[in-house]
Amino acid sequence: MRVMAQIAMVMNLDKCIGCHTCSVTCKQTWTNRSGVEYAWFNNVETRPGQGYPRRYEDQERWRGGWELDRRGRLRPRGGGRLRRLAGIFANPDLPGIDDYYEPWTYDYRTLTEAPLGEEPPVARPVSALTGAPADVSWGPNWDDDLGGAPGNEDLDPMAVRMRERVGRGIAYEFERSFMFYLPRICEHCLNPSCVASCPSGAMYKRVEDGIVLVDQDGCRGWRMCVSGCPYKKVYFNHRTGKAEKCTFCYPRIEAGEPTICSETCVGRLRYLGVLLYDADRVAEAASVPEEKDLYPAQLDLFLDPGDPGVAAAAERSGIGREWIEAARRSPVRDLIVRHRVALPLHPEYRTMPMVWYVPPLSPVVEAVAESGHDGEDAGNLFGAIDALRIPVDYLAELFTAGDPAPVEAALRRLAAMRSHMRSVNLGEDPDPEVPAAAGMDAAQVRDLYRLLALAKYEERYVIPTAGVGTAHDLESIATSCSLDTDGGPGMGGPGGAPLKPGATDLLTWSGDRPEGLFPPRRGGEGRSAR
Amino acid sequence: MTDPIDLLLWGAAPYVSLAVLAGGLVWRYRHDRFGWTSRSTQLYESRLLRVGSPLFHLGLLLVAGGHVLGLAVPKALTELAGVDEHTYHLVSLGMGTVAGLLTAAGLAVLLYRRLTVPRVRRATTLDDRLVYPVLGLVLLLGLTATIVDNGIGGGYDYRETVAPWLRHLFLLDPRPELMAGVPLDFRLHVLLAMVLFALVPFSRLVHAFSAPVHYLFRPYLVYRRRAPEVLGTRAQPRGWAP
Ligand code: HEM
Ligand code: SF4
Ligand code: SF4
Repeated sequence: MRVMAQIAMVMNLDKCIGCHTCSVTCKQTWTNRSGVEYAWFNNVETRPGQGYPRRYEDQERWRGGWELDRRGRLRPRGGGRLRRLAGIFANPDLPGIDDYYEPWTYDYRTLTEAPLGEEPPVARPVSALTGAPADVSWGPNWDDDLGGAPGNEDLDPMAVRMRERVGRGIAYEFERSFMFYLPRICEHCLNPSCVASCPSGAMYKRVEDGIVLVDQDGCRGWRMCVSGCPYKKVYFNHRTGKAEKCTFCYPRIEAGEPTICSETCVGRLRYLGVLLYDADRVAEAASVPEEKDLYPAQLDLFLDPGDPGVAAAAERSGIGREWIEAARRSPVRDLIVRHRVALPLHPEYRTMPMVWYVPPLSPVVEAVAESGHDGEDAGNLFGAIDALRIPVDYLAELFTAGDPAPVEAALRRLAAMRSHMRSVNLGEDPDPEVPAAAGMDAAQVRDLYRLLALAKYEERYVIPTAGVGTAHDLESIATSCSLDTDGGPGMGGPGGAPLKPGATDLLTWSGDRPEGLFPPRRGGEGRSAR
Repeated sequence: MTDPIDLLLWGAAPYVSLAVLAGGLVWRYRHDRFGWTSRSTQLYESRLLRVGSPLFHLGLLLVAGGHVLGLAVPKALTELAGVDEHTYHLVSLGMGTVAGLLTAAGLAVLLYRRLTVPRVRRATTLDDRLVYPVLGLVLLLGLTATIVDNGIGGGYDYRETVAPWLRHLFLLDPRPELMAGVPLDFRLHVLLAMVLFALVPFSRLVHAFSAPVHYLFRPYLVYRRRAPEVLGTRAQPRGWAP
């Protein structure tokens, strides 16, 4: 047993209102630079829908993630090492910019420079790639809120797969349609296929917290990680020629603070915490033959931090006490392991993703309520979960490789909680049969309710700091002014980041020649010739 | 007594070129690893690239292999192996022409793409503009030397002149006089190649020096520890700083 710690996230989809605050704050923090205009480390997509980039879930085409070879061993779906190198001169599986969208900006200058006249001037869109006037006809959320629109079904690879599997499509009839929002970031997988695809070895999983990062100084622009990731969460910066991805806001995590997307989430639906897992068994779990067994196999990797044997093994692997303590209080662990309401996104990719989702009960509740029945009555809800195959089977395509049972079980727990708490709030005697029907007791229901409905900041984000001794210094770093970039309006503070010579920090890189391109002048004055 | 110009071109310039190459690579590695990349443009355009780039690169690998065989292996060695001059000549002419034409065709597609696809054209930098003509000329001159002098012209045995000249360079025993009587296209090819080598560290061509062969030998997953001395990436402001 080799214990490793992972910072993981759970999102409660019932609460997402699709406001895109997370995407915007993430962009402001990480990707408001040229070269990554089109990159959304956090994006929110409407499901059913194509997703972003378009149809990224169609692995027949993009060939991301892992597959089993004839002897049952794991192999990147895009091919093993030799195949990858053979395709290095032109990657056969790389999405083009049009599969994302052509980034554009506006010709703002006409607004300020137009001569006085009758008509107000208009800023026209121009392509950020060519500078030519752009005819904007697709964008990152072009199909926002069109989940139930006719004509969309064939564009959503998961809807198509569900139709093939259960022989029934999502009939886009008004009364049977449903939609929900799916916010996505990098999954910081336990078995990351992006890392496995990188020929340079520039991508890595951090030992301390499991965050998957790209070494900007090691990346050589072979762009294999982009196609290797089945979630399409590595982006190619077309200006620097290097890959970039969600960093899990590691400078904040190191300081014990939640990621920007979590911090600013309007629905307060994100949870962050530590999970301990057995790194020695990851490959074994990722290579179980049946896709439906991948979810239970991954669950089985997680270790119980309350077990003294596990705690001792964790300490032997160099995991600090603070981390083990955080693992015991982890809200993520509660939702995934204890209550079993959170499920992984696309376990069938075999990357062992670590951002999990509480599936939305709302399509079911709405269907019940719209049919004139009580949407909070346990009997109605349980019946509807059994009867309303469409949302359940669709959710199963997303979260359990098509197996409806775990989705049903999670939805039943959420339904039981809803019904039980209604009784409590109305001062009725809660029916003990209701939680029991979902395999829970009243105490567990209250616990789940507390976690999903009431939990405050400190309970939703239980993040140990990276270096306990220096934690208080870090706070000032992670919260320093975001305008403080090089050449930015708020440029302040002394320079001299503690970087090795030749290393470049993307957080402060302004698009100019990197600092340190030339050695420091003698006398220590003037760090670079610009 | 060697002509001073010959001495300069064939005795000194090669060392300057190699010194710039080596020194430049060291400098780039130490101070600009961030800029060390293939600067792929596949995101912009894929259809033409998928024809041109493999054609160009695979052709170039063949060409490079041919250069090693033709220049590094002394004539005596191939003859010892029972390959006579005529056979060698035919093989080198055939392989050289095929490899050269593949590479040239690939480069033509890449150049066409660079000029006609607006997104790619816009992403072309100063160093690209310098490197493409030099690269194209070196390639064309090499092809001319092979096809015209070696083929149509009936054959020029560069293994008596150019090859020993090059080997002597590496033995630190330069023999510039060997190059004096070599046909003009050969000499221009070699000269421009020296320019190209000197440009490598300062252009996208550096990517050739990071060919990821080690990928074949490493485990799929890579784990790294956080650099212990760096927490966060910003400079820590001193307490009294604003
Ligand atoms: C075996 C080592 C090499 C590898 C793995 C390699 C790989 C690559 C890759 C991945 C690209 C980017 C293609 C894209 O736009 O997506 C590229 C472009 C290029 N390479 Fe190489 N390369 C190698 C050697 C060379 C050499 C030796 C040269 C020339 C001396 C060269 C010249 C070029 C040029 C000119 C381009 C730009 C093509 C364009 O976009 O117009 N490469 N190479
Ligand atoms: S989701 Fe993240 S960690 Fe997983 S393969 Fe993609 S980029 Fe890598
Ligand atoms: S900020 Fe929260 S509620 Fe808004 S879209 Fe993002 S995840 Fe959903």
